[in-house]
Amino acid sequence: MMVFSTPPYLLQERSSVRRVMLQVLLALLPGIAAYVWLIGPGIVVQLVIATLTALAGEAFMLALRRKRLALFLSDGSAIVTAWLIALSFPPLAPWWLIVVGTLLAIVVAKHLYGGLGQNPFNPAMVAFAACIVSFPALMSQWPALGLKLDFLEQLQIIAGLAPRIDVMSGATPLDALKTALKLSDGSIDVPTLLATQEVFGNFAGRGWEWVASGYLLGGLWLWQRKLISWHAPFGFILGLSLLAAALWAWNPQQFANPVFHLFSGGALLGAFFIVTDPVSGCTTPRGKLIFGLLAGLLAYIIRVFGGFPDGVAFAVLLMNLCVPLIDMYSQPPIFGLKNEP
Amino acid sequence: MIDREEFRQIRDNGVWHQNASLIQLLGLCPLLAVTTTLVNGVMLSLATIIVMAVANVAVATLRNLIPHEIRIPVFILVVAALVTVVDLVFNAFFHQLYLVLGIFIPLIVTNCIVLARVEAFANKNSPLQSLLDGIFMGVGLLWTLALLGGLRELIGGGTLFSGIEMVFPGMQGLQLLPADYPGFLLAVLPPGAFILLGFLIAWKNWVEARAAARKPDSGSEQGSPLPLADGV
Repeated sequence: MMVFSTPPYLLQERSSVRRVMLQVLLALLPGIAAYVWLIGPGIVVQLVIATLTALAGEAFMLALRRKRLALFLSDGSAIVTAWLIALSFPPLAPWWLIVVGTLLAIVVAKHLYGGLGQNPFNPAMVAFAACIVSFPALMSQWPALGLKLDFLEQLQIIAGLAPRIDVMSGATPLDALKTALKLSDGSIDVPTLLATQEVFGNFAGRGWEWVASGYLLGGLWLWQRKLISWHAPFGFILGLSLLAAALWAWNPQQFANPVFHLFSGGALLGAFFIVTDPVSGCTTPRGKLIFGLLAGLLAYIIRVFGGFPDGVAFAVLLMNLCVPLIDMYSQPPIFGLKNEP
Repeated sequence: MIDREEFRQIRDNGVWHQNASLIQLLGLCPLLAVTTTLVNGVMLSLATIIVMAVANVAVATLRNLIPHEIRIPVFILVVAALVTVVDLVFNAFFHQLYLVLGIFIPLIVTNCIVLARVEAFANKNSPLQSLLDGIFMGVGLLWTLALLGGLRELIGGGTLFSGIEMVFPGMQGLQLLPADYPGFLLAVLPPGAFILLGFLIAWKNWVEARAAARKPDSGSEQGSPLPLADGV
């Protein structure tokens, strides 16, 4: 009698959208922990608001589209989008800003394009781009460093009960650098700025560098678990740091070093959690590398030469547009055929 | 001259079934650029209605004299002459509004709705029918632009009828939402107009799908839920 068993090459870890999304959420935890240490528990409130809004929006759209509610609600993809939105928005933004952003992401960017697996644009980045275009003032109010508010005070600011005080109007390290360079008109150089200003820390923005390191840690864990391949993050980091290094080598007085750029703004969050999005990103390995590389280059160009505080969101959205083209030209040859264009 | 049934058909086509903005998707440029407020949208629609109605009558009257090969330049000449008149009238009587609408009044010449109606309808029908077609196509444009302008104004700034003093001096726009409403700027920008237009089209298709579902026998003869314009 013959016994059939599963051949070894078919043995693999059971993987489902829910498992993957759960591990992505786990990978965000180190970054969130550093965030809480830096800013306070307000960010947790934002995460909760975003999660509840995302689930409500998802349930509404699923009911409207007559899909299976329990299956899609529990897959966790909406929660990942919600967390990415909460982490990329200013931590003390008013509650309705997070709600509007999350609803835009879930309803417009995700479900109106066909739901999970169909959206051409990264929903979280659509939310960020739409909100920074619509509410530029609120979206650039980052809490000033050393602003120590307890949980209740943060809650009041988020709920809109307390006035949005002046001490709120801190700038991100990227913004601070850009503004200082623009104001000084060539009379001050980057190394002096980095060494003297309060907002800069050991190798990037004070405090923010550790949040970015947390994302890096989580991202490396995702890579080690083989949930993301190295191509897209590597391409993104390479693109960003190549351009940063070239300009830095050419004129270190006017351009910050690549490490500063990597650990500032949304660069590492983008590299490991956003350009790796399996839906809106490329699918072929070479395609992922090209996608990441160009997104990194664009992110640098937009954040250094553009008017917005950071360029990751716009870079990713622009590259999302190019995905079908890149995928078409980066398909590996079929076995047995010569690789001719 | 024209019977009741034909009148009804021309009216329904213009206002709903072949709505220039929602079905034919013609004239998107003024639609995106001008409908930042309700007043702007309505006034540009009124200008377009006048141009369309008169151009339709003129072309329908002359349709047997216009050589087929050069009909488009002739149509454009007729339309351009009318637009020049409207442009001067706006400049004289609504000068402030004229400054706001700016280039979009002269651009009515290139508006595809005008040329499309002249080419597809007035060139083949009698003057009276063409007049009605021009007016009702314009009414279809009017309510769409008014709705879109009102929505964009309300979402973008919380106001309604702002700028009405440019048309009726002494009247004031309404501030519907509280003064500390931050203003959803995206709605005022062109992408917001595209998104809202998408919602309007979805709403129209939904209404038609529901109507078709309610009476399945008559819905089947209409066929596609998106009736395409004839000859356009």
